[in-house]
Amino acid sequence: MTEEIIIAGFGGQGVLSMGKIMAYSGVIQDMEVSWMPSYGPEMRGGTANVIVIISSDRISSPIIKRFDTAIILNQQSLDKFESSIKSGGVLIYDGNGITRHPERKDINIYRVDAAEEASRMNSPKIFNTIVLGGFLKVKPIIKLENVIKGLKKSLPERYHNLIPMNEKALKRGEEIIKEVQKAG
Amino acid sequence: MEKELRLMKGNEAVAEAAIRAGVDGYFGYPITPQSEIIEYLMDANPAETTGMVVLQAESEIAAINMVYGGAACGKKVMTTSSSPGISLKQEGISYIAGAELPCLIVNVVRGGPGLGTIQPAQSDYFQATKGGGHGDYHLIVLAPASVQEMADFVELSFDLAFKYRNPVMMLSDGAIGQMMEKVYLSPHKERAKTVPEWATTGKPTTRQRNIITSLDLDPNRQELFNRKLLAKYDEIREKEVRFEEFQCEDAEYLLVAYGTSARVCQKSVQLAREQGIKAGLLRPITLFPFPTKRINELAGKVKGMLSVEMSAGQMVEDVLLSVSGKVPVYHFGRMGGIVTTPEEVVESLKSKFIGG
Repeated sequence: MTEEIIIAGFGGQGVLSMGKIMAYSGVIQDMEVSWMPSYGPEMRGGTANVIVIISSDRISSPIIKRFDTAIILNQQSLDKFESSIKSGGVLIYDGNGITRHPERKDINIYRVDAAEEASRMNSPKIFNTIVLGGFLKVKPIIKLENVIKGLKKSLPERYHNLIPMNEKALKRGEEIIKEVQKAG
Repeated sequence: MEKELRLMKGNEAVAEAAIRAGVDGYFGYPITPQSEIIEYLMDANPAETTGMVVLQAESEIAAINMVYGGAACGKKVMTTSSSPGISLKQEGISYIAGAELPCLIVNVVRGGPGLGTIQPAQSDYFQATKGGGHGDYHLIVLAPASVQEMADFVELSFDLAFKYRNPVMMLSDGAIGQMMEKVYLSPHKERAKTVPEWATTGKPTTRQRNIITSLDLDPNRQELFNRKLLAKYDEIREKEVRFEEFQCEDAEYLLVAYGTSARVCQKSVQLAREQGIKAGLLRPITLFPFPTKRINELAGKVKGMLSVEMSAGQMVEDVLLSVSGKVPVYHFGRMGGIVTTPEEVVESLKSKFIGG
């Protein structure tokens, strides 16, 4: 099993930390992982992305151009990465601020309106965990209990009181994600 | 003792491995994409535990000269930087090589020339392997291709540096420095309680003075010294070549790549084989000494070689020398901070050797 994922959005949306939680969870599940962030001019211009690979085998290239799953959190990232998804792959996006929706017919498209849900839950910070919950519903490659352990590993201890909230967010993400299109 | 599993950035792994390897002193100056090394060390504050000195110098030039001083006292000392900073250190590195002192220099390479870019590149190969500073000298150059090797090569570097009394460089790049992978860390080693007999730590009455210098104004003695260095480099060429082969047994086309490019090329080998092209990969782990002999042997078995580097073509010259005209050798690479994709490598292999 190898899952090649890109997560992309604005800086501050928790793109890199969502990837970190995935990577830590993968380690806890005894998988091989790699986490390759954009650290260059993109990051300094306000957008951020990270490539996460989770695999049962040794990972060859940590830098790739075609993805099994793209998790897209803003319009610029949708425009940039929609074409990079493998045929038959998965696109998960948050509809907030999206004016041009995905157009490809050969991929599975899911929508998780996490920004809206996070503000409804009065906790904008758990936005990325809601998205992660949605991802895990579509691709249950990591067990929820390992994600919780991953959260504990990737969050500084002073934030551990937020873990129950994040657990709720993961479950909420699983509930609210909806299929928009099956690959044709 | 069991090794400890962590998820870390390559830069952090270098820092943690340095503490665990019992390094005596780190002297650095921050620069992207390797600032996490000094950040991690400052945060870990090993002065309180192992007694390791961690010092942010006023400049790269100061940092390398602090390394020179520490090394002259027989201590395990190191510095890290990225390309423009490494250029600034070259005078000091040449002096350290000329004084035959052990130390570790880590270069987390970014694109150049000049300030270039902060993105990953492999365009400092010539500088690392052919000397870099003035005078006839070589560094031992190790090329890590994973976060695990970023950790493991710290201790290996010091073993080699002290064995040969020669500076060692780890030639990494921004991608390996910034990415996180699993890493198994070695148990803590105590810092050495003694120093080698050549160290300049004060002269007891029982022996002659120890002198550390790179200066000799007598041409005959200087040439003798140059010959001694050459003999040392020959011994290193003989004994310390390291490389890894990936699906080379039945390969018809050989990719040669190190560091990040070698990771990319592993995937290219898989992709090429899915298309019926028998590709293999030779990954030099030591860039000096270069695996010349093995590449020459493989040249007798394959139809051609492609040197893949994130540069305009530097290592390709060593591949050409190794192959010695037996088969065609080409270069493929991206520059400016762009990491080659696995697919691009396969396309290049096809267009250069198979046509179309």
